[in-house]
Amino acid sequence: MTVRVELPAHLRALARVKGEVTVEITGTVSILSVLDALEAQYPMLEGTIRDHGTRQRRPFLRFFVCAEDWSHDPLDKPLPEPVATGKEPLLVVGAIAGG
Amino acid sequence: MSGVRVLVGTKKGAFILTSDGKRERWDVSGPHFAGWEMYHLKGSPADPNRIYASQTSGWFGQIIQRSDDGGKTWFQPGTPPGETTGPDGSPKGESNKFVYDTSHETGAPLTTHQFYDGTQHPWEFKRVWHLEPSLTDPNTVYAGVEDAALFRSTNGGKTWEELSGLRGHGTGPQWQPGAGGMCLHTIVLDPANKDRMFVAISAAGAFRSDDAGKNWKPINKGLKSPYIPNPDAEVGHCVHRIAQATSRPELLYMQKHWDVMRSFDAGDSWTEVSGNLPTDFGFVIDVHAHEPETIYVVPIKSDGEHYPLDGKLRVYRSKSGGNEWEELTKGLPQSNCFVNVLRDAMAVDSLDKCGVYFGTTGGQVYCSPDAGDTWSPIVRDLPAVYSVEVQTLA
Repeated sequence: MTVRVELPAHLRALARVKGEVTVEITGTVSILSVLDALEAQYPMLEGTIRDHGTRQRRPFLRFFVCAEDWSHDPLDKPLPEPVATGKEPLLVVGAIAGG
Repeated sequence: MSGVRVLVGTKKGAFILTSDGKRERWDVSGPHFAGWEMYHLKGSPADPNRIYASQTSGWFGQIIQRSDDGGKTWFQPGTPPGETTGPDGSPKGESNKFVYDTSHETGAPLTTHQFYDGTQHPWEFKRVWHLEPSLTDPNTVYAGVEDAALFRSTNGGKTWEELSGLRGHGTGPQWQPGAGGMCLHTIVLDPANKDRMFVAISAAGAFRSDDAGKNWKPINKGLKSPYIPNPDAEVGHCVHRIAQATSRPELLYMQKHWDVMRSFDAGDSWTEVSGNLPTDFGFVIDVHAHEPETIYVVPIKSDGEHYPLDGKLRVYRSKSGGNEWEELTKGLPQSNCFVNVLRDAMAVDSLDKCGVYFGTTGGQVYCSPDAGDTWSPIVRDLPAVYSVEVQTLA
């Protein structure tokens, strides 16, 4: 399946991409499998979305799926059909926290 | 013709300022890594085109960047742009991986340190404060990190290993964060002894290794810090910066939270040399490239008021290794100036007439091409300056 991912601007700059990125997923489409594929495709993003050591989401990043906050859901929970089939992107969003 | 390249880390990107040996006209490039906090950039003494940079973010964590062409282009070591596999089979995406070594063979248990409220707090990696390339090998570079620890890469920044003897020294539970966090911010590599290195940690103090970073000992004898329970404690002092007189490597200078200090014996003992400074709080200290007893500080009013006394930005120079200080003001604002000069934001070049540089939290980078006699801003309106380093180019 081709999954669309929308990254924050800083991560797009780091990965040297513009606009959305797509990743190919075989098997269950979940945030976990999307992150694995994303980091394999763009290794410079290793450690930027989830911590190197704990593999946990960085606290100032959130995941949105079909307008719902999935940040605190299990990472291996299957994503709904619109995201799994590429109709809608998985949103990786940076917290609005000043700076 | 010789020239200089000034590497500036700021709150929102990096800038590179270049000039010829006259240091009058400057080219400015940047922002590099726009929008990211650039804690520190430093070039390799063994290969001036090799520059390492610490790019960090509260959102996205720690990134190490490297340039092999003097800052024109950058990449994450081991992750060439546009490639998904390493040409030499090196691990991918590992260059920003700083994991404390807790292994039985080479590591140290991950203990706790003292938190602001006096309770014990877990050791957690946050960012790289300082990068110190080897004096002889472009591929070897040291990283001082928060929470305090020392890492080393021997493959150009592709992978990092902790030199865990420092964190595992045994005094860790007495270390505590300063206002900026519990950071290892200073790394000094001894040019006369390849096995000797110095580090400084806020707020733990200064440490020295005589076996290339394997074992460490605190070198804080003579430091007095009234703001900790035992002012003469072995550790717990808030050392802000150490500078070495490279032509006399046992001669060290220190800007402590309060007090300017000097050591003639590689840190085994320290003596206060604040002398006639109007205030001896500050962050930076540096040494003239050719005169080991000529040193520079920028006095800051107090620990609660991080700006120059009386709104006058003044560098103080001592030509006698401290105690007797002269104020240097020509070209610096002498009214309504309330910027700070952070601990990594002063550097010197090694041209015949030593140049001195510093950056401010107001975004100015000042240069004195005549060892401090006169100053002028290279740039006035950068984001808050975190660090300034200078490369003297042949």
